[in-house]
Amino acid sequence: MTLSTFPGGIHPPYDKEPTIKEPLREAPLPDIAVIPLIQHIGTPARAVVKKGDYVEESQIIGASAGFISSNVHSSVYGEVIDIKNAFHPSMGPVESIFVKRDKTKEKKHYVEIDIEKLSKEEMKEKIRFAGIVGMGGAGFPTHVKLSPPEGKRIKHLIINGAECEPYLTCDHILMTKKAHEIIRGIDIVIRILNPENVCIAIEDNKKAAHFAFKKVLKDVIPKSLRKIKLVSLRTKYPQGGEKQLIKAVSGLEVPPGGLPMDIGFLVQNVGTIYAIYEAVYFNKPLIERIVTITGDAMYRPGNFIVRVGSTLKDILDTYGLELFRDPEKIIFGGPMMGVAQPGLDAPVIKGSSGIVILSGKAVRSYSERQCIRCAKCVDVCPVNLLPTEIMKNSKKGFWEQTEALHATDCIECGACAYVCPSRIPLVQYIKTGKSRIAEKRQ
Amino acid sequence: MKEIKLDVSPHIYSSQDTRRMMKGVIVALVPNIFASLYFFRWKAFFVMLVAVVSCALTEYTIQRIRKKNIELSDHSFLVTALLYAMVLPPALPLWMVFLGGVFAIIFGKEIFGGLGCNIFNPALMARAFLMAAFPVALTTWAAPITLDAVTSATPLGLAKFEHVITPYTPLFIGNVAGSIGETSALALLLGFVYLLYKKIIDYRVPLAYVGTVVVFASVCYIINPVVYAPPLFHVLAGGLLIGAIFMATDPVTSPVTKKGRWVFGAGCGVLTMVIRNWGGLPEGVMYAILLMNAVTPLINRMTRPRRFGAKHGT
Repeated sequence: MTLSTFPGGIHPPYDKEPTIKEPLREAPLPDIAVIPLIQHIGTPARAVVKKGDYVEESQIIGASAGFISSNVHSSVYGEVIDIKNAFHPSMGPVESIFVKRDKTKEKKHYVEIDIEKLSKEEMKEKIRFAGIVGMGGAGFPTHVKLSPPEGKRIKHLIINGAECEPYLTCDHILMTKKAHEIIRGIDIVIRILNPENVCIAIEDNKKAAHFAFKKVLKDVIPKSLRKIKLVSLRTKYPQGGEKQLIKAVSGLEVPPGGLPMDIGFLVQNVGTIYAIYEAVYFNKPLIERIVTITGDAMYRPGNFIVRVGSTLKDILDTYGLELFRDPEKIIFGGPMMGVAQPGLDAPVIKGSSGIVILSGKAVRSYSERQCIRCAKCVDVCPVNLLPTEIMKNSKKGFWEQTEALHATDCIECGACAYVCPSRIPLVQYIKTGKSRIAEKRQ
Repeated sequence: MKEIKLDVSPHIYSSQDTRRMMKGVIVALVPNIFASLYFFRWKAFFVMLVAVVSCALTEYTIQRIRKKNIELSDHSFLVTALLYAMVLPPALPLWMVFLGGVFAIIFGKEIFGGLGCNIFNPALMARAFLMAAFPVALTTWAAPITLDAVTSATPLGLAKFEHVITPYTPLFIGNVAGSIGETSALALLLGFVYLLYKKIIDYRVPLAYVGTVVVFASVCYIINPVVYAPPLFHVLAGGLLIGAIFMATDPVTSPVTKKGRWVFGAGCGVLTMVIRNWGGLPEGVMYAILLMNAVTPLINRMTRPRRFGAKHGT
């Protein structure tokens, strides 16, 4: 049987083995949590506490400041010691709340509630209140995705378990360990949106996750959950991209500049679904997540349940993780789309799926050479672009040509730069083009 | 802590770089080099040697003059030199070989700005130059060592002017007259398999090229088998295979779009057959590829891929 996938894409070495067999470990609480007020796409949250305030775990400290915005909660009990700019893993310095942990307090205990009597709106409100955003990395507020505008109906729900980024296994481990909880989370989304088709899409290199779901689905009796299908996809990067996943599962393409809901689709990451489950069943806001901490410079890589606001330095020091080689690159996210950090100061946020610490052995530095027009970038581009042509126009400042080549369709997956034999940072040139086009349009 | 690197994503790369690709092409040429040494002995050896020396010297000198980093290490000059040698007649005077090598680097490559910027295939440019300058020397064919003769006509020449079709076995093995690296279909096909296996070339151009020749030749052959040679003969004789496998696939001078590669290959095929059947020369591969090189920018422009998510035709 040939498994479906999307056209284009690459097969990088996945390097998932070091973390996949390791047990899921719980990291201790951070002594000082650094919680940025923006961890999502949209308006930053507004601080609702001040210096000196005592806050409880899961208390709102940053309130959503618009429809496309999200609440931010304290991840520990403690005192607000400062509100100032601090380093954010992908946005540079942003306003953040520093909470010094009250060491006399244990973790908060969350009690399961009966959800049968909840209405759709009540469930959606719980999700909004809990500050849930897309946990695959983009960080789009989930309640917005669950509230399609008038006239748009979600017919197909795809649960994204592709996890195509090399090194990362946080979704894989979540699916293997919490399959039942994820199914209950999917049930909540089904109750809210009532889609016709529901599927969980997993790449075929994650067999354990597939089996975990298969087992749970066999035991699940409720009629509403019988329509959940398991779809196995041929492993390829960037399958986890929303538009690529839809193409792989259904063969349909989201129009340029459009959203999945334009063709009746909704894609939710498995991590987000789990957060929805915790928010609705336990009233637990999004204050912790699974983070893959790995890379060849790590002594003992693995998956950790980490509180939002724990800085990498904290994690390494207090949690007893050791580096056994000098790191040369510290990446928040995966090696294909993640952001290189200047140090260990950035905190884990809602969208931090992994931290990859690479030594000089894994990070080779290359100098850019002349393009030889081999068109390997054209062959792998999952959105049918001509990266080499866009690069040449962007380099020369021909923004109109760059726009005519649809640079704005680029999803920045990095497949082109990965295969480029001349080591041209194509994504960088395309990004420059995109931002210049955006400036011009304003 | 050592210095932390802050480059943009992606942070990992495929192991294939320009240097490795060039090396791959050289490895793919090895069977062909052996075949040419076997059939043409010292003649082939000296042609290759002089070609490599002249290309290396020219490249080095030009880069010194232009005060660029000496990039001989990317092996691209070696690929140019070897491919250039492969399309030369075995008995070509060595000073002509040297002159052509200088031409290949200067006018084939560096004048456009160096590797990646040229419009025409440098090896074929140099051969076209020699063809114009020394037409007699370029059409005098020393017979391979396995034949008991000093000179001999090429299979395409024989077919065109004397209507003699060379049998397939010698054509396939390569003991016929011709340029040193074009005669052995067997050696070229081995190189082709290697190039595909190592993902150095894309299958589209060679397939479209040879496919078009087969279709074109078949139609002609069906219409008039007395005048026109059979399709398999057209595939095995002359420079078609080296052209389709090593010359038309030159990344720099062929289209970047997938559709464009089909168009490019088909165009090469049609032009080759037009020249072979109705032109003044027995062989048309060189001019066909050079002409298609010239329209490559146009092909790129006209075959842009369909935008992801857009309806067909937009």
